[in-house]
Amino acid sequence: MGALPDRPAPTGREPAADPAATGTVAPGRARTAPDLPQRTLVWRRFRRNKLAVVGVLVLCALLLVSVFSEFLAPSTPSAYSAEHTYAPPQRLHFVDTEDGFDLGMYVYGYQVERDPDTLANTFTVDESVKIPVGLFVRGEPYEMWGLFPSDRHLIGAADPQQRVYLLGADRNGRDMASRLIYGTRVSMSIGLAGVALSFVLGLVLGGLSGYLGGRVDTAIQRVIEFLMSVPTIPLWMGLSAAVPRDWGPVQTYLAITVILSLIGWTDLARVVRGRFLSLRQEDFVTAARLDGCGTGRIIGRHMLPSFTSHIIASLTLAVPFVILAETSLSFLGLGLQAPVVSWGVLLQEAQNIHSIAGAPWLLLPGAAVTVAVLVLNFVGDGVRDAADPYR
Amino acid sequence: MRRYVIRRLLYMVPTLFAISVVAFLVIQLPPGNFLTAYIAQLSAQGQGVDSAQIRALEERYGLNDPVLVQYWRWISGIVLHGDFGQSFQYHREVSDLMWDRIGLTLVLALSTLLLSWLIAFPLGVYSAVRQYSLGDYAVTVVGFVGLATPNFMLALIFAWVSYRYFGQSVGGIVSREYADAAWNLGKVLDVVSNLWIPVLIIGTAGTAALIRVLRANLLDELRKPYVTTARAKGLPEWRVILKYPVRMSLSPFISTIGWILPTLVGGEVLVSIVLSLETTGPLLVEALRNQDMYLAGSVILVLGALTVIGTLLSDLLLAWWDPRIRHPHVERV
Repeated sequence: MGALPDRPAPTGREPAADPAATGTVAPGRARTAPDLPQRTLVWRRFRRNKLAVVGVLVLCALLLVSVFSEFLAPSTPSAYSAEHTYAPPQRLHFVDTEDGFDLGMYVYGYQVERDPDTLANTFTVDESVKIPVGLFVRGEPYEMWGLFPSDRHLIGAADPQQRVYLLGADRNGRDMASRLIYGTRVSMSIGLAGVALSFVLGLVLGGLSGYLGGRVDTAIQRVIEFLMSVPTIPLWMGLSAAVPRDWGPVQTYLAITVILSLIGWTDLARVVRGRFLSLRQEDFVTAARLDGCGTGRIIGRHMLPSFTSHIIASLTLAVPFVILAETSLSFLGLGLQAPVVSWGVLLQEAQNIHSIAGAPWLLLPGAAVTVAVLVLNFVGDGVRDAADPYR
Repeated sequence: MRRYVIRRLLYMVPTLFAISVVAFLVIQLPPGNFLTAYIAQLSAQGQGVDSAQIRALEERYGLNDPVLVQYWRWISGIVLHGDFGQSFQYHREVSDLMWDRIGLTLVLALSTLLLSWLIAFPLGVYSAVRQYSLGDYAVTVVGFVGLATPNFMLALIFAWVSYRYFGQSVGGIVSREYADAAWNLGKVLDVVSNLWIPVLIIGTAGTAALIRVLRANLLDELRKPYVTTARAKGLPEWRVILKYPVRMSLSPFISTIGWILPTLVGGEVLVSIVLSLETTGPLLVEALRNQDMYLAGSVILVLGALTVIGTLLSDLLLAWWDPRIRHPHVERV
């Protein structure tokens, strides 16, 4: 490749995040858009989409929750308490005005009455009992990332003997907040892992299809059309029902991930193929070929960089599908199984109308799913719109 | 046109074959077969099963044959005699159990399709013509939330609301008093009155997607020079919009049959389980949980085949509607 002497030097001089750079540029200074590196242009356009920016923030929060679940959860997902069956959420108070004005978090205790006929507990707020809540308190012991034993929790009852249910409790008196936080880890990670696997499949097959064309293309396209015309949920259900019940949690997790990505790679493959087809005709690709570049180099160095942002967008938009699929399968009892906590597994508890009627907070994992999917869609849309800054 | 139809019909054959292979895989994949499950059930009931009896049963169902032979026997039974095999769980013919429910699934999917068209068309046109208006933002937000909420969550919320505030539990397409009645006007009206809620719930995601697509397409069309020409000629605004751009962007409505049908069938399965509707969904899940594999495989096979036929119909309709698809080579000139 010959040097290009009169091409303006890549202008990475101004920091990309400089707010002045995004504003109007004085006409005298030749800072036209094509001068800036692609990254900067994409970022500028992305930042203009407020929904997408908010989405990125919420997404980061969700990822942080998944990484530090053990520490952030007030308890552990398996710690149970028979007397707190379906305990309702406790409101967190920050200011104590009973005698004067005291700062400090606390919740009111429960007054439990047991119905002699149904043996169901009814909870009423007992304002005479105050359970102080603190930060960085000692509580249920856990192992951070399965490595470091600890018992510090970000938030929890100041006295380890007492229990606090900020989001209520489930059938076994387990803390919903903790379960939701642990579920975030499993559901988000299965979304990312499933998409990572689909990504490899989609990139390879879509790339082959688009670059080679001809018979390979026809064959791969037929497979994609087949997979897209089949109702996925029944198919997923059938395949995951075939996962042996006696497999351990990790094996089931991997098996479900594989099943989800086996069917989910099609969209990505289509995007990659379409890009390849349109780029194959471009002059710079012909130039590279005439320069004697090998296929690998043409794809890796010349074609891929021009559509990485499209791939990122498709990936972001694929994650919510995997999350929804996992939730649906687990909800039906065909996905992840009980000791593992995912949003779908949690929603299994909400299948019964009587338990929802008595404990509507069991639907909270569903809200988490909606938020995650919504946020990922916003981010994906933002990236997709920003991916092509010259348009 | 005829060549196009024939080509599409030929394409269908390998797809149907692939679906049958997948359905057969679903039957074969779980460890053991329905006989082991049957034997387990018999011994659980305290009946001993001797090995001669087992061998006789294996012989009868051809369980020791090579997989290819088993597949051939299964698929030829279905294609030639309409024999889907036995449901081990119900001790009945699979076809007896399945067809009623598949009928209801079809009714549900088709009415959902119609409803999502009815809702999406005016909303999509409105939010494209009045881009960035308050109404457009409202439609967009509702559409996004509709896309993001799993259908079964909506069903759960609906079930909870109707239980909590109206004191009735939901369930069933056919009300109890009509359960065994023959089909008459009363029963049809009853079904319709029970149907609209599940239809609305199943349709949310599809409707939201349809609005997005229609809006995007229409926005692209509205920017084209011929629209300006039409306006410059002095056509009234509604005519400018309805006469050309809307017609151009209607194609996604027809192709939805193809790409929404799989989603509808899947969504229907989940929603029906929550609302306990008598469709294929609960049947399939029950069958999968109990390893009643012939039933499960047959349901998957028939749902898949119906979807493929639906896709075919939508493709043909689209080709009839849009000459650019019938004659792809002409457009490129």
